Amino acid sequence: MNIHEYQGKELLREFGVKVPNGFVAFTVDEAVEAAEKLGTNVTVVKAQIHAGGRGKAGGVKVAKSLDEVRTYANEILGKTLVTHQTGPAGKEVKRLLIEEGCDIQKEYYVGVVLDRATSRVVMMASEEGGTEIEEVAEETPEKIFKEVIDPAIGLSPYQARRLAFNINIPNELINKAVQFMTSLYQAFVEKDCSIAEINPLVTTGDGEVLALDAKLNFDDNALYRHKDIQELRDLEEEDEKEIEASKYDLSYISLDGNIGCMVNGAGLAMSTMDIIKHYGGDPANFLDVGGGATAEKVTEAFKIILSDTNVKGIFVNIFGGIMKCDVIAEGVVEATKQVGLEIPLVVRLEGTNVDLGKNILKESGLNITAADSMADGAEKIVSLVK
Amino acid sequence: MGVYINKDTKVIVQGITGSTATFHTKQMLEYGTKIVGGVTPKKGGTEVEGVPVFNTLQEAVDQTSATVSVIYVPAPFAADAIIEAVDAELDLVICITEHIPVLDMVKVKRYMEGKKTRLIGPNCPGVITADETKVGIMPGYIHKKGHIGVVSRSGTLTYEAVHQLTQAGFGQSTAVGIGGDPVNGTNFIDVLKAFNEDDQTEAVIMIGEIGGTAEEEAAEWVKANMNKPVVGFIGGATAPPGKRMGHAGAIISGGKGTAAEKIRVMEASGITVAETPAVMGETMIRVLEETGLIEKCKTH
Repeated sequence: MNIHEYQGKELLREFGVKVPNGFVAFTVDEAVEAAEKLGTNVTVVKAQIHAGGRGKAGGVKVAKSLDEVRTYANEILGKTLVTHQTGPAGKEVKRLLIEEGCDIQKEYYVGVVLDRATSRVVMMASEEGGTEIEEVAEETPEKIFKEVIDPAIGLSPYQARRLAFNINIPNELINKAVQFMTSLYQAFVEKDCSIAEINPLVTTGDGEVLALDAKLNFDDNALYRHKDIQELRDLEEEDEKEIEASKYDLSYISLDGNIGCMVNGAGLAMSTMDIIKHYGGDPANFLDVGGGATAEKVTEAFKIILSDTNVKGIFVNIFGGIMKCDVIAEGVVEATKQVGLEIPLVVRLEGTNVDLGKNILKESGLNITAADSMADGAEKIVSLVK
Repeated sequence: MGVYINKDTKVIVQGITGSTATFHTKQMLEYGTKIVGGVTPKKGGTEVEGVPVFNTLQEAVDQTSATVSVIYVPAPFAADAIIEAVDAELDLVICITEHIPVLDMVKVKRYMEGKKTRLIGPNCPGVITADETKVGIMPGYIHKKGHIGVVSRSGTLTYEAVHQLTQAGFGQSTAVGIGGDPVNGTNFIDVLKAFNEDDQTEAVIMIGEIGGTAEEEAAEWVKANMNKPVVGFIGGATAPPGKRMGHAGAIISGGKGTAAEKIRVMEASGITVAETPAVMGETMIRVLEETGLIEKCKTH
C-alpha cells in the first residue's frame, strides 16, 4: 500500500526522523492558511499524488509570498500531472503539501528495502540525491553504498556511520545523519514498510539533516496489525476495480486488453496473460482468486471482470489444488445469474473436484465453451473475441 | 527415492483443525501419506480424520517420532509455527500459508541459521513424491511415479507441468513448490542440488516467474554443476512493471526481475526454456529425445 508524502513525513516525524514543517491542504484557502501558520519567507507548494517525478511535471513550486502560494495552489490543485510513473493518463492533484522552504546545502539519497538475495533488510545511501536511484545504479553503481541489517540487532550505529562517511556527509553532521538513519530503520520495521525512500535527504545551512521527500510503501500482508496505516489509504489514488477486488481479498490488476481472466494461483494467472498474448489476444486483467476462495468471492470476482466495459470475452482457467473446481463453478453460475452474461465465456477446469465442477457448469445451462487445456482455452477465447 | 520425502516419512499437520487443513489432511491420508499427528493449541486430545491432535508440536513429535511437519496455520501465527517446528528439531517443515508479513519471514530466516531444519515455502503447494507421499495441497491424481523432478515458485504452474508430463506418459520423481514469497526457506539451487544427487531423477523442470534474481542465480549454478538436463519456464512475460502480480515476490522493480532477462540467462546456461506454459511437457520430451533419456523416462 502507498501513502502520500505528507502522511509519510508525519509518520517519520513520530519516529524522530527530521522533516520540514508542513501542513496538508485540500483547497487554495487551506494552502494560504497553512503558509501563514508556517510563517516562513519561502514556502514550497507540493502536489500530493502517489507517483514520483512530480517536480519535473510542474507539481512542485517555490513561493516567496502568500500571493504566490495562492497562485501556485490554484494552478496545481485540480491539475492532471503526467509523470513517468503515472502512465499517459496522468493523475489529478487533490491534495497539496504546504511546507517551509529550507536552505539546502547538498542532496543525498537514503533508502530502506528488502534484499531478496540475502533475505535481509538493506539500507542504501548515495551522494547522488535528487536523481532516481535506478538511474544512479545504472550509470554510477560505485556511488551506491549498502548495509545489510541483521534483524536480531537492527541497524548498528557503526553501519549508519559507515554509510554517512561513504556518502561524504560533513563531519559535523555525521551524528545527526546516524540518528536519522537509525530512526528511519525503526520506522521501516515497526510499521512493516516494504520501501522507505528518502530522496532527497538534505543537509541545510543551519546544520540540519532533513527528509525533503518521503516515499513509504507498506507490506499489504502486514496491514492487519497496523490500523493506523490502513486509515492513510487514499482510495482516490487507486483503480476502482482494484479497490472492489481488495474488499474480497482478490488479487486483481487492471490491464488494457479485452479478455477478462479469472485464474487461481498467481503463477498460472500471469501465465494465462502470457498465453493469451501468445495467441494474439490482449488480457484485460490479472486476477488470482487465491486458494481459499468461497463461491461468494468467485461471484464477486466475476462481477468485477464484467464491470470492465472493455471486456469482450472471459477466460476462466482453473487448476484446483487448495481451490476446489466445484466452488469456482458455483461462483461462476451465481454471478451470471446475478448480472447476466452476454459475452463469450471459455472455461478450463482441472484439479481438485474437477468432475463436480464440470457437472455444475453443464447443468447450469449456461452458454459456456469448454476447453481441454490452457492452450486450447486461450486459442478459443482469442478467436471468440475477434 | 525422490527428494525430501518418501513413503516412510512421518508427518505432523500444524493447525490441523482448520477447515483447509482438515480437508487436505483427508486428501493426504487418501494418497497414502503417513500423517501421524496434528497440532492445534487447546484441541489436544481430540482427533481429526482419526489423527490424534496435540496442544504443542514438541508433544506431537515426542509421541509420534515424526520428522516432517506441514503448516496450514493462518498468516498472523505462521511465523511462530515455523519457529516451533525449528525448535522441535524437525528435518523438514513445509509452510503452505500465504500472506505472511515479509519482515516476519526475515526474522524466521535469521532464526533458522545454523539450525538443522529445512523450510520449504511459505506460500507454496508443498512437496509430493509421486505414488509415495504428498505433503501439501496439490491434487494427487495428476502425479505419476517417474524420473522428472519439478521445482517451481508457483503452485498452479507446477500442477500444469506435472499434468502435461503425466498425460504424455512421463512420470515424476518429486515435485517441489518453493513458494511465491520474496523470502522463502528453500531456493531453486537447494532443490536442483537435491535432484542432481537423486538416483531416480533424470531431468528437471524449473518453473520461475518475474521478480528477484533467484532464477538467474539458479541458472548460473546449473551451468557450473548440474549433470542432468533442465527445462525452464518463466511466468509473467507480459506483466506490467511496478505491479505486484499476486505473489508478493512477483514484481518487476527498477527494471530488475523481468522475464526476458531471466530467460536470457537461463538459455545462456544451457537450460531449454519453454515458449508457453502449455508446452512445458512437450519441451521436456524434446530435450529427453535429444539427450537420449527418452526411453529411460517414459513410464508407460
